[in-house]
Amino acid sequence: MKISYYPGCTLNTVAKGFDTSARQSAVLLGFELKELVQWNCCGAAFPLTPDNVMGLTAPAKVLSNARKEGDTVTTLCSVCYNVLKRTNKVVRDDKEKRGVINNFIEEEYDGSLNVIHFLEVLRDKIGFDKVKAAVKRPLKGVKAGAYYGCMLLRPFEDMGIDNAEAPTIFEDLLKTLGCEPVEFPNKIECCGTHLAMGNEDVVTKLSGNVLSSAKNKGAEIIVTSCPLCQYNLEKSQKRMEGSVGGTQMPSLYFTQLLGLALGQDEGSLGLEKNLFDVRPVLKGKGI
Amino acid sequence: MLIKLGKENLQSEFVKLVERISGEELANCYQCGNCTGGCPVSFAMDFGPREIIRLLQLGQEDAVKNSNSMWLCVGCLQCYCRCPKGVSAAKILEALRQITLRKGDDHAQIKEIAFPFMKNAPQQAIVCGFRKFVS
Repeated sequence: MKISYYPGCTLNTVAKGFDTSARQSAVLLGFELKELVQWNCCGAAFPLTPDNVMGLTAPAKVLSNARKEGDTVTTLCSVCYNVLKRTNKVVRDDKEKRGVINNFIEEEYDGSLNVIHFLEVLRDKIGFDKVKAAVKRPLKGVKAGAYYGCMLLRPFEDMGIDNAEAPTIFEDLLKTLGCEPVEFPNKIECCGTHLAMGNEDVVTKLSGNVLSSAKNKGAEIIVTSCPLCQYNLEKSQKRMEGSVGGTQMPSLYFTQLLGLALGQDEGSLGLEKNLFDVRPVLKGKGI
Repeated sequence: MLIKLGKENLQSEFVKLVERISGEELANCYQCGNCTGGCPVSFAMDFGPREIIRLLQLGQEDAVKNSNSMWLCVGCLQCYCRCPKGVSAAKILEALRQITLRKGDDHAQIKEIAFPFMKNAPQQAIVCGFRKFVS
């Protein structure tokens, strides 16, 4: 099975480990993430004001190109997922905007693409039971906090991946890998996102709240699905003198954890790029 | 002083512009405060989302324009998801940003952004930041 895959700008550069670990996990699970022949940045922010049609043209171009290669596209970054899925809905449901957008990008796209997150591929296309059967190195006893952030879930009526206030898809995946998912209050709170540009104090407070919330509930590691969440959590922990209340809390992409559990070669997971290494935690558990 | 609330208070051009750009009707908000309660950045704002909407309902243009609130909104949509009336404070704050940016009045200057950030940050942070802060 091949699934069209949109990496997005960040996975091609600073979040390379997120990309490579997902591609190789896919191979180990018996399918291929086939990168789109042509793609551009999604714009990294869905325009919130309805009159801003210009902000929809870049993601619409991505969708239009993806549609030429199939009826489904998947992505890993929560922000790309949010922008592409919401733009797709606008193109599909708003005839007037569809006309303006198509006129501008010189395409005839109708919104018929199915945009799904890689977590949905694992849950709905592959099945968590099959993922579980493919696990070679169960991450037994690892207490992991699944951090959703905002973009994967909200607004619920557009995203629909899971319950907006009490999602479980992430925890369900962690369970299949052998981890013990930890429920923590801030799992759907914001990391601070683009405020990293010039407003570090606010980011440190928001990401710090996420980290300590997870730690207070017993998490040893925190798992992300967005390069900006990952960056903000790591940089904030650095600014908090390198620890969350005295202990390090490594954060890593869910695909890196998936790759580890599937027995993927550690050298190809990009773990060395993470600021806080997860391997000592695993070693402590005899994994 | 008696302040009468209702459509007749919403007649200033600025308030009409906010409603037009955001697509939100300010009179729909009955000030329950769920938005500010859920807002992760309200602690740093001059006025939380509920207060911003209240000030707009009362036509207080200067107070709204001079507050830092619009530049701190992260667009996480907690306010909207928790609003019993379906009002999106995030859209209203985005409209306030857009009104400023569409005049060419940038909030961030490229030259002033720290080089380590431009070099190391995920591209999406830079792209998103520019969309929110630069015209």
